[in-house]
Amino acid sequence: MEKDKRKELIVSAIENGTVIDHIPVGNVLRVLRILGLESTLDPIYLGANLESKKYGQKGIIKVANKYFKPEEINKITLVASTATIIEIKDYNVISKQNAVVPDRISKFVKCFNPNCVTNVEGLESKFDIIDKEDIKLLCHYCEKTTKEADFVFI
Amino acid sequence: MKNRSLVSINDFSIGEYFKILDLAEKFEEKPNQRILEGKVVALCFFEPSTRTRLSFESAINRLGGRVIGFSDAGSTSVKKGESLKDTIMTVANYSDLIVMRHPVEGSARYASEVSPVPIINAGDGANQHPTQCLLDLYSIRKTQGKLDKLDVAFVGDLKYGRTVHSLVIALAQFNCRFHLVSPEELKLPSSVKRYIKDANLEYRQYTDVTDVIPFADIVYMTRIQRERFADQLEYERVKNYYNLKNEMLANSKANLRILHPMPRVKEISNDVDNNPKAYYFQQALNGVYVRQALVTSILGLE
Ligand SMILES: [Zn+2]
Repeated sequence: MEKDKRKELIVSAIENGTVIDHIPVGNVLRVLRILGLESTLDPIYLGANLESKKYGQKGIIKVANKYFKPEEINKITLVASTATIIEIKDYNVISKQNAVVPDRISKFVKCFNPNCVTNVEGLESKFDIIDKEDIKLLCHYCEKTTKEADFVFI
Repeated sequence: MKNRSLVSINDFSIGEYFKILDLAEKFEEKPNQRILEGKVVALCFFEPSTRTRLSFESAINRLGGRVIGFSDAGSTSVKKGESLKDTIMTVANYSDLIVMRHPVEGSARYASEVSPVPIINAGDGANQHPTQCLLDLYSIRKTQGKLDKLDVAFVGDLKYGRTVHSLVIALAQFNCRFHLVSPEELKLPSSVKRYIKDANLEYRQYTDVTDVIPFADIVYMTRIQRERFADQLEYERVKNYYNLKNEMLANSKANLRILHPMPRVKEISNDVDNNPKAYYFQQALNGVYVRQALVTSILGLE
């Protein structure tokens, strides 16, 4: 327990808040943006290219004083399917779970088809996630598939 | 089916499609009936498509229903920047059912979510055109007596041809063999071939239409459409690739029928028209019966 605790202290310990661990290298800032944390006033600690037993290298984000709803956390799986979400209270881990790729996702990603009604009429996007490994989104409206390489986050 | 929208060919089950095809047969026997008396159907064509609109109009008029609507967004408040939702909500006040055609993909699905009356999609951009698919299935079943174990050849623009994609996906549920004839540039996309593979069915690809004539039960010809090409040079290269002539049908099977979603340009010569194997005009007429069956089913009046 003590050892584990010290490991989590690598970047900086938070008293209360959320740690998002095991973010693929290179996607740390993107996760930050997806969660809308660029404008938050609470302290945020970022770590990139850290050593990871599981993945070789990883990124980590610690957000003080903030807990996320499952649907908020869901959207990060689009760029960080390996992420672990750890909630901290009084320096203790109170929950630890893997981010889950949802079956459906809305709002966060634009449909890549410029002639899709969501883009033309300015609607919320809505997708079925038809491939959870190599993430592919099937648009509920235009029925075209948006691939990871074409993701534009709203 | 009552009060349900038809946006995509996947919205109804196979059983429901068979019901519509069976009902369409009854309308073919007796196309003029007063079933839709007192009903108002709105035809909202945000882009022109004279054939499809006239087919729906004929279907509804023959059943005693009334038609309102517009045939081109240029003459409506859409031009003034009205949102699709507002147009649909307004038209829904005046009608029992909306048939819509729109150049934007996904527009019909969106309309079906905001509209208090059911929507029939008469084409949304390059996406879906389910009534065309239904009339194709009707025509195949009518001429072959079945939908399964057929050798179906698709010829022309298999890449951008929306009707081809829908029909391949529909026929993949019926144990058919697929013969895909196209120029190299216009092959069937792998996203559509996946349906054939998933159903463990066979497909073969060809560039020469004469290769498939001897064994095909159905030859489904398509037009190569200029507007689908971003690259006009590519269009010039392939536009006259296929030209089916009557003499080419000499060694074909007796039950072969030539289908085409129309309009045709040069891909079928006029000398094919008098061959009893030419079925494309009857195919278009079948669209009226299928649309009669669909409209009456959705309005719960069959
Ligand atoms: Zn879309």
